[in-house]
Amino acid sequence: MSEQNEQPKKKSRRDFIQQIGILGVGSAIAGSAVWAGINYDKKKKAGDRIKVLTAENELLEIDKNDTTKIKKSKYDNLTLLQKEGRVGIPGKRWVMVVDLSKCKNARKCMSACQHAHHLRPEQHHINVLKMQESKNTPPFYMAKPCQHCDNPPCVAVCPVDATYKRPDGIVLIDNERCIGCRFCIAACPYSARVFHWTTPLNEEEDKDKVYNVELNVPQRKGTVSKCLFSADRLREGKMPYCVSACPNGVYYFGDENEDAVTNGTTKETVRFQKLLADNAGYRLMPELGTNPRVYYLPPKNKSYPFQEGDKSEAEEHLDNNNG
Amino acid sequence: MAKNLDMLEQTKLDKITSDLLRHIRMNKSFVLWLSFLGLALVVCIYAYTIQLKEGLSVTGLRDYVSWGMYIGNFIFFVATSLVGMLISAVLGLSGQKWAAPLARIAEFIALAFAAVAGLVIVMDMGRPERLLNVMLFARIQSPIVWDITVVITYVAISALLLYLPLIPDIKMCADKLTNIHPLLRKLYRILALNWKGTPEQAKLLKKSTRILAIMIIPVALAIHTVTSWLFASTTRVGWDSSIFGPYFVTGAFVSGAAAVIIAMFFYRTNFKLKDYITELHFDKMGKLLVLLSLVYLYFNLNEFMVPGYKMKKFDAIHLRELFTGAHALLFWSVQIFGLILPILLLFFKKMRKPAPILIIAIFVILGAWFKRYLIVVPTLEHPFLPIQNVPLNFKFYAPTLVETMITIAPIILVLIIITILSKLFPIVPIQETIEHLEESKK
Repeated sequence: MSEQNEQPKKKSRRDFIQQIGILGVGSAIAGSAVWAGINYDKKKKAGDRIKVLTAENELLEIDKNDTTKIKKSKYDNLTLLQKEGRVGIPGKRWVMVVDLSKCKNARKCMSACQHAHHLRPEQHHINVLKMQESKNTPPFYMAKPCQHCDNPPCVAVCPVDATYKRPDGIVLIDNERCIGCRFCIAACPYSARVFHWTTPLNEEEDKDKVYNVELNVPQRKGTVSKCLFSADRLREGKMPYCVSACPNGVYYFGDENEDAVTNGTTKETVRFQKLLADNAGYRLMPELGTNPRVYYLPPKNKSYPFQEGDKSEAEEHLDNNNG
Repeated sequence: MAKNLDMLEQTKLDKITSDLLRHIRMNKSFVLWLSFLGLALVVCIYAYTIQLKEGLSVTGLRDYVSWGMYIGNFIFFVATSLVGMLISAVLGLSGQKWAAPLARIAEFIALAFAAVAGLVIVMDMGRPERLLNVMLFARIQSPIVWDITVVITYVAISALLLYLPLIPDIKMCADKLTNIHPLLRKLYRILALNWKGTPEQAKLLKKSTRILAIMIIPVALAIHTVTSWLFASTTRVGWDSSIFGPYFVTGAFVSGAAAVIIAMFFYRTNFKLKDYITELHFDKMGKLLVLLSLVYLYFNLNEFMVPGYKMKKFDAIHLRELFTGAHALLFWSVQIFGLILPILLLFFKKMRKPAPILIIAIFVILGAWFKRYLIVVPTLEHPFLPIQNVPLNFKFYAPTLVETMITIAPIILVLIIITILSKLFPIVPIQETIEHLEESKK
């Protein structure tokens, strides 16, 4: 026991000298590094610093040596608009609520949409349908945009990643990549997609425009197009074209994360969850598991009558069902 | 005495060789037939240039029925190509010796239909010039990517399965054919790959052919199963079916067997091969066709009776449309003349003679084509939500003339490929026929 206690004492002087030595060598190395660093900085010229633009659009000046080349990805040869269009708007989860009790088939949404996206009269990104579920239930008008499903069948089947789902919930199509196989049209249960069978409207006027994937203009012959939730307007902080155009207060649009949706006509903002809870909100064909981002409020206490002339068309689909 | 017998044997072998090589020559009827096909193809290609210029608006396709005749044609092509696997792999490996003389016909059909199937799908594309995007941006989740992968694999294996057993025959072509262009002889020499017929070479060839024959079975099943998944992977009524894979595969064998019977008949009469493609072959193929058709009938029963019993809302719309609606005439014609009647008739031996079975096979193959049309179109005419606010031609699909010509083009192309192949290579395997003869003597 006593022997063991003595040993560290004996060693302590040697240890002390050792530590001094290490410290000395260490400070010598550190000193020379600082000296070299200062010298290196002196040698540097202004040209070795470069300006970079960050993703947040901030202009910074940094040392050239601090930059690392980013590995090339398959998105590299896309335009800025196409890249932005793939990323979406951070932090948002867009939702639409369509109040069927207010829709009187004014079709202002349809024309605003067709005007914005340069579509022909028979091409509908949003289509107001005359619906009737069964013989004894009343007919109603139902605006039907793309449902922007959270489990989109169209995106699953696309062979080239031309149609894709963004983090903010929007499903878009890059018509510079679309090969026109129309598998997405076959896969969509909501018939939400249209195809450019012939030359798009305004092709001549649009031909020099840079392709905006969030507006899908210029439209391209031989590619698929559909409702984009007006992603270009959302980026500007505005409501979608159809929502703003509606004169009857049918549409609410907003962010699920904020739990707030705003009526496009009255500009009234309400709680999204509460709106659904109070009015028995539902989604189309929930049994398919597509999880749409478009919600419907049932056509209860309709503020407008269903037009007599539209009844036969609503029944057409019903007749086939045999009630 | 023995010497005499040997000589007799030799003359017999010579006769076989010369008989089976006889059709490899240019003659008037061949040139006439080929130029007719060529002309027809040019007209159809012209139709395609119209489509390229004007867009797919020249077809009867619109936003709701966005797949039509082209896609139906595509399934038909992939389907018919499956017969190569059936005859050379399944029958070959299970020791059905009678099928050996038909293996090459089946492989010609398989290769031609599978290779052209790729073109058929390009004809349906809105932007065919972006075809390479499928390679550049391939998304492994998409059944189209699977389909392209397996079809290319199938074409490659089919080509090898055709070529390898052909090597000894190519050598014979190079040695024995007179009156051929020196360049063609040189081509034969190159293609014969220095074949000498040594036991070592023969063993190697047999082994590799066997490996290919085994490999082609899963690939062939895959191409048509994946093709069926192009439909079954959607939620559409009439496509959303779990039996689509086997339903398509059995249907494929039916149309492929019919194609082989038709080809057999024409080769037998035009190439004077009555001693090699005999009535026995027609009889056996007839029995095979009955068996395949019965299996297909069984799948049809499942496919229509099970949803028909329940009549769920949208299934009911679809089935009514087929059974009594706008597609009823076509539907029942296909089922009766393309499936039920052929089964009943082919039970009789008399109907399995070359001439009657040819007519039955033509009905079967026509039925097979229209069956594909019926799989694609009616489903799309009845989506879940009503078709409204569009012109009338969006609601009902009617193929146009240009579209019909573009649909016929690949069929002509297949005929051209098969015609040329059968003018370059012996249609009945010579080497195997000789081997078979020697084996049967022992």
